[in-house]
Amino acid sequence: MFLLKLIIRNAFRHKLRSILTVVGIAIAIIAFGLLSTLVGLWYHGVEASSASRLVTRNAISLVFPLPLSYKDRIRQVPGVKTVSYGNWFGGIYIDEKHFFANEAMEPKSFLELYPEFILTPEQKDAFLRDRKGCIVGKRLADTYGWKIGDLITLRGTIFPGQWEFVLRGIYRGAEKGTEERALFFHWDYLNETLKKTMPRRADQVGFYMIDVERPELAAEVSQAVDAIFKNSLAETLTETEKAFQLGFVAMTEAILVAIQIVSYVVIVIIMVVAANTMAMTARERIAEYATMKTLGFGGWHIAGIVFGESIVIALSGGLLGVALTFPAAQWIQVELAQFFPVFTIAPLTIALDILAALAVGVVAGIFPTWRGATIGIAEGLRRIG
Amino acid sequence: MGMGNGKPPIVEIAHLSKSYRRGSQTIPVLEDITFDIADGEFLALMGPSGSGKSTLLNLIAGIDKADEGTIRVGGVDITSLSERELAAWRAANVGFIFQFYNLMPVLTAFENVELPLLLTGLSRNERREHVELALQLVGLSDRVDHYPAQLSGGQQQRVAIARAVVSDPAILVADEPTGDLDRVSAGEILQLMDRLVREFDKTIIMVTHDPRAAEKARIIRHLEKGILTDSDGQPASPVAGS
Repeated sequence: MFLLKLIIRNAFRHKLRSILTVVGIAIAIIAFGLLSTLVGLWYHGVEASSASRLVTRNAISLVFPLPLSYKDRIRQVPGVKTVSYGNWFGGIYIDEKHFFANEAMEPKSFLELYPEFILTPEQKDAFLRDRKGCIVGKRLADTYGWKIGDLITLRGTIFPGQWEFVLRGIYRGAEKGTEERALFFHWDYLNETLKKTMPRRADQVGFYMIDVERPELAAEVSQAVDAIFKNSLAETLTETEKAFQLGFVAMTEAILVAIQIVSYVVIVIIMVVAANTMAMTARERIAEYATMKTLGFGGWHIAGIVFGESIVIALSGGLLGVALTFPAAQWIQVELAQFFPVFTIAPLTIALDILAALAVGVVAGIFPTWRGATIGIAEGLRRIG
Repeated sequence: MGMGNGKPPIVEIAHLSKSYRRGSQTIPVLEDITFDIADGEFLALMGPSGSGKSTLLNLIAGIDKADEGTIRVGGVDITSLSERELAAWRAANVGFIFQFYNLMPVLTAFENVELPLLLTGLSRNERREHVELALQLVGLSDRVDHYPAQLSGGQQQRVAIARAVVSDPAILVADEPTGDLDRVSAGEILQLMDRLVREFDKTIIMVTHDPRAAEKARIIRHLEKGILTDSDGQPASPVAGS
């Protein structure tokens, strides 16, 4: 207890220096925690995907369409429960800064496939009945203040023109992580318009979504679907929804790696700063360590005092950082809602924060601990005065 | 060997040599020192800077290692002890008084005095009794909760003396104990040290530059270029006080 008291008092002996170090570590931990959360969010869509859903797309690339006629042939594959289809629409609301996902889907089968999008029965009926109708997630509706019956206009990019939709439903996610910042409308509306304006692009879909009877049939069904269209003009690639989402993540992997590297660099920088502080501290206290050794305290006692001080400072910064990470994440979730549908700090991130703070304490304490533990008494006492 | 005050020697030094290396150079500090210090003696070691007096003190106190020779303290050859054994031996047998007090600034007077007792098996209550007694001895019972920065130099040195005697060691080593004090405070510290010898039968070995401080000692030895001499500059008798 006595040595613990000595460690804590020593840790905050030079208040300004200790506070600056603690704040520095706290900021590094906040940055590390937020960046780790950001990396985790990248995989958010992947984690939210169902194990029993498959996605079939053109084997060459997602940008190439598939014939609508594939639908019935896919449905005949044993193990297939539901088939839906759609196109990435890529429309722009107001301008490019107001990005959100918007897709043309076959509405009935789509809502069957995605039970996590919860609509009231009235809104669901209204949406299914109105070919120009659309549904949006609650968070997206809140962002723009949309209400049922509002007219939403998107500027088409892949499919040029001004596209108008009537808001017929606002869905809620069944789970916290369910995407609530997307707009879905009738695929028929897109297709019929294309028949008039660009007939060559009509009756083609961007992807099929398949619900299999049991998750364990996923591999078998995938192979069967792709086998049907082998050597056709539009060969298919069928994969689980998770693998499909991972494909998107892989496209931005370089950014992910960069973010991860930055998060580790932040910790390394604060390690160096903390190590410098601890080295200065130990250098100033060499005479005190020598005095303690004179009184009979061993090298291990001194090591414990120096190392303990380093850990106390690092953990103080770490705990402060963890405490401040939550309001910071809350701020991001509110202020940057359009970019981050959820910004929740996971327990694993907190554990990593504490681990990073401990690592800072350990690394910063190694050299001063060794120096304090091995200093010769006569040499240490000469440092006085 | 004879005895300076009629008591057997507590420190027996034989053919002690010590040198330091500075780069490729070897600088001799002590050369073939042989002398004894009687139990309960108050010995002052004087000499110019660099004469080796602090080195000799460190060797007797077991905080430095000799190149050659032996030092027996209370019958124990401390030159043959390992670092760990020396640490335990110091804790039980030697009290230290430094020029700049060497108190822990973050600990109160009470806690500073308690520090050496943490290495003993004493209970918290027993430690408190010992500390209170030691602080009472040095006249600082009313300063137990004061931090070193809240005490004068003289008071800090008295706390250091309390810390030195709290575990009841046989020997006290003092390196320039009055070197940082004004005349009045220095006088008080020397009185206290004299009292420790007379009333509590401690052996004190004190290094000092100050002739007034040395006068308080019963025996004065000079070190000149690593060689021990008497007050008149002649090679010292191997028995302090004879």
